[in-house]
Amino acid sequence: MPIEVNGKVLETDEEGYLADITQWEPGVAEVMSKEDDLTLTAEHWELINFLREYYEEYQIAPAVRVLTKAVGKTMGKDKGNSKYLYSLFPYGPGKQACRYAGLPKPTGCV
Amino acid sequence: MSETKKFMYVNRKAPYGTIYAWEALEVVLIGAAFEQDVSLAFVDDGVYQLIEDQDTSGLEMKNFSPTYSALGDYDVKKIYVEKESLEERGLSIDDLQHLTWEDEDEDYAEKDSIQVVTRAEMADLFAESEVMFNF
Repeated sequence: MPIEVNGKVLETDEEGYLADITQWEPGVAEVMSKEDDLTLTAEHWELINFLREYYEEYQIAPAVRVLTKAVGKTMGKDKGNSKYLYSLFPYGPGKQACRYAGLPKPTGCV
Repeated sequence: MSETKKFMYVNRKAPYGTIYAWEALEVVLIGAAFEQDVSLAFVDDGVYQLIEDQDTSGLEMKNFSPTYSALGDYDVKKIYVEKESLEERGLSIDDLQHLTWEDEDEDYAEKDSIQVVTRAEMADLFAESEVMFNF
């Protein structure tokens, strides 16, 4: 279903992931989180930005186990654990955060 | 996962022109996400997949070569490249990307993932593996 962000209509796939990653802007995450009744905090943005940087470097959305490890390494062990990540993104840090970040569904996620 | 098997993914084709190389890489990442014992082999034109500084701008295809550097994050530490296949194409390990994995137990020390092996050694590795995928 397409979503409307700042007056622009953006295509998504059947699971709600952005069809074209280059169309992403912060408003995408705002609109998607509103639909999920989630209020984005600085901690959410930290993870969204982290995912976007990961994609920029490796051209993939990481599996949640890989994401957890990578977060732990760069942001510290208190954030690199599934309890913290799920507290931010209850639908799954891989799936939900990747969707907000405009990334495809994580590779290795079924 | 209760049981870990030795998976061997064999890559024989050049990276672009067919979808095999990218599909193989995705399957590898999926397999690795389920914590299997994963090895990759690059033989024949498959060695071209690991060439450094790839540029696909003339092909209108996504350059997925940066994704190989994510293999370490997925705990894929065993990447075998056949010596004869490199030599037959005028290549050496210096033409390939430098792929590493980080050893958490040794304060994230970077270790090399790529090993160049002879055709005979590669045959032994194939014989030892329990599940083989050919791409």
